[in-house]
Amino acid sequence: MFGLIKKFKSGLARTTQSLFGAVGGIFGTNQLDKGSLEALEEALYGADFGVETAEEIMEEIQDSFKQDKRLRGMDAAEIGASVLRRVLEGSEGQLQSKPDGPEVIMLLGVNGSGKTTTTAKLGHRYQGEGRFVLLAACDTFRAAANEQLRLWSDRLSLDLVASKHGADAASVAFDAYQAAESRGRNLLILDTAGRLHNKGHLMAELGKIIRVVAKNDAFAPHHRWLVVDGSIGSNSIEQARSFHKAIHLTGLVITKLDGTSRGGALVGIYRELGIPIYFVGFGEQPDDLQPFTVENYISAVFGLQQKVAE
Amino acid sequence: MFDNLTEKIGKTIRNLRGVGKLSEENMGEALKEVRTALLSADVHFKVAKQFVEQVKETCIGQEVLSSVTPGQQVVKIINDELVKLLGEGTAELSENRPLKIMMIGLHGAGKTTSTAKLSRHLKKRGLTTLVVGCDVYRPAAIDQLETLANQEELLFYADRNSKDVPSIGMKAVRHANEQQASAILFDTAGRLQIDQDLVGELKRLNDTVMPDEILLVTDSALGQEAVNVASHFHEEVGLTGIILTKLDGDARGGAALSMKSITEVPIKFAGTGEKMDDFEVFHPDRMASRILGMGDVVSLVEHAQDKIDQDEAERMAEKMRKADFDLNDFLSQIRQVKKLGPLDKVMGMMPGMTGMEVGDKETRQMAQTEAIILSMTTKERTKPGIINGSRRVRIANGSGTQVSDVNALLKQFNQMKKMMKMMRGGKMKRLQKMMGKKGGGMSGFPGAMPGGF
Repeated sequence: MFGLIKKFKSGLARTTQSLFGAVGGIFGTNQLDKGSLEALEEALYGADFGVETAEEIMEEIQDSFKQDKRLRGMDAAEIGASVLRRVLEGSEGQLQSKPDGPEVIMLLGVNGSGKTTTTAKLGHRYQGEGRFVLLAACDTFRAAANEQLRLWSDRLSLDLVASKHGADAASVAFDAYQAAESRGRNLLILDTAGRLHNKGHLMAELGKIIRVVAKNDAFAPHHRWLVVDGSIGSNSIEQARSFHKAIHLTGLVITKLDGTSRGGALVGIYRELGIPIYFVGFGEQPDDLQPFTVENYISAVFGLQQKVAE
Repeated sequence: MFDNLTEKIGKTIRNLRGVGKLSEENMGEALKEVRTALLSADVHFKVAKQFVEQVKETCIGQEVLSSVTPGQQVVKIINDELVKLLGEGTAELSENRPLKIMMIGLHGAGKTTSTAKLSRHLKKRGLTTLVVGCDVYRPAAIDQLETLANQEELLFYADRNSKDVPSIGMKAVRHANEQQASAILFDTAGRLQIDQDLVGELKRLNDTVMPDEILLVTDSALGQEAVNVASHFHEEVGLTGIILTKLDGDARGGAALSMKSITEVPIKFAGTGEKMDDFEVFHPDRMASRILGMGDVVSLVEHAQDKIDQDEAERMAEKMRKADFDLNDFLSQIRQVKKLGPLDKVMGMMPGMTGMEVGDKETRQMAQTEAIILSMTTKERTKPGIINGSRRVRIANGSGTQVSDVNALLKQFNQMKKMMKMMRGGKMKRLQKMMGKKGGGMSGFPGAMPGGF
């Protein structure tokens, strides 16, 4: 467990450095002035929190600055952190359902958000926690998506159900559920094809997969997680809104936070839709998927390193 | 959402009429709206600021025109500036043969798909294209490229036993010469712009194969990060162009403006759909209206021209002019609209319609109308007047609808016909008045269109 926390820290450390390192340590011990306030504003917008949250944080900082001109960068960071803490309250996802049969997690999202990689990483993670995992390659559209998941499952010794390119995704999902039952697996992860949220027919296909899976267990898929690329801007809110409307999401996974992007869109999504965030992805290695915690995220964004648990 | 910038800006400077000149003072609020619009379209903070300054300079001192509202005037200036900025630089690819293109970008940007799409684009222009699988990291990436290459009948090269990308590149060039290929596309692995090892690999590939074009493939929905991505890659390997992907999504695409203004690298192509021919040369004007949230009228028109049968359209226009329009024509019109693609896609391109809910309901409605007409006899279709009560019941049963649905359709049809008669009688004014009063529906569109374009 210690190793994992360390990993979380190092993944986020890079994010922190580039986030506020670039603007000359504005969240340091120096007192703020007009110039650094502007740099601060730029950094806040640069985090993709969305106009609403960025403005809210900025307003609170400005108010405090008006009252006390000796406001330091780190005080501003505390203000920003407290706004985010308020906005993100209750956003940490926890798996709670205990179905009789296999528990089903369905991953969905737009093209290239990282669903297949996340499927593999999730499988690896839960298998490590002692669950009996089965993966299902329901992306039958993209060329070689099957092969991609197969290679991952070989590499990580995960059990997989896959069909041919062009097969019906819903029937793959149905077969996978049956396979999970007969093989005594208690966790089934469905990888679906990427689809843009504004395409009605592709969204309808998701509905079909769900209906078909539900023939086995009326509550399945128990979890419908949207996989969001952390470097995407405001459109990720639009994505979440559309997917949520179409099939009622139960969670989010934010990927690709190993770059310099801060995945601030998760703030916007949670703010509007209240969908909990389960995991954040930091890289290409199987272990680079970590549970989301508000404190870790805020610490990373505002450079409050001391708050990260050792 | 920020649907109509013209309207918003119009509100802030409505009181400008008669003022005479645009000035820093009376423009203040409007420019703030522009900034917010750009920021919420994911334009980078600095770029937005710079752009607003630029617009301010252009605007200040201009006479307020009497022919358009000040709002329209300002939006026109913004639009022109945007088009200019987005369109600078050439979109043409190098003339060198064999044309060597290196495709690079972040994970999941769409490099492999874009490689196949661009190859297809070049092939259509007479080039013999070879694609090279240089993504040695992502599982099955090479398989994906090979599948697409087979599907598009492209030449393909890969070495699955090697992880040495520069040497794969070199062997591929040799292979291309043997095959007499006139274009070689290198599909590289997704990588972070700050990953020194992997960026180093790109540089080595660059030094080995010396590509004529280095194209950065980016998701059009990219956030503030776009600037970092583009400028880092540009510094490291020197980009010659940008390909924007997933433009068929509904992202406003401010990233395009950010990347363009920071790096000055031209945007060359755009990926616009799941199919291999959903790939086009970049249109700065369309991107500008998209960033401003004003829809994509030009695309819609072109799309329509592409799909609608010209003769049929002319025949229809003639019929409308003569008000000699029956249910058969109505049916063929529905089918024309259907050819344009899913309704939501069509509506998404219309100004003022972005974010409007056109979903399955409308699409279903259209299918229902079609079914009802198909359940009519030929005679009924040409002479709807004869459709009495019992015929209505039969039609409803035949099409699986209710009599009320049939009634609604006939009523709608009669209204249309009435309008056509008015047009024919040269009573356009009366018609406009009527449409204006009714609002909603198609009649709402012209009003939403920004003037002066």
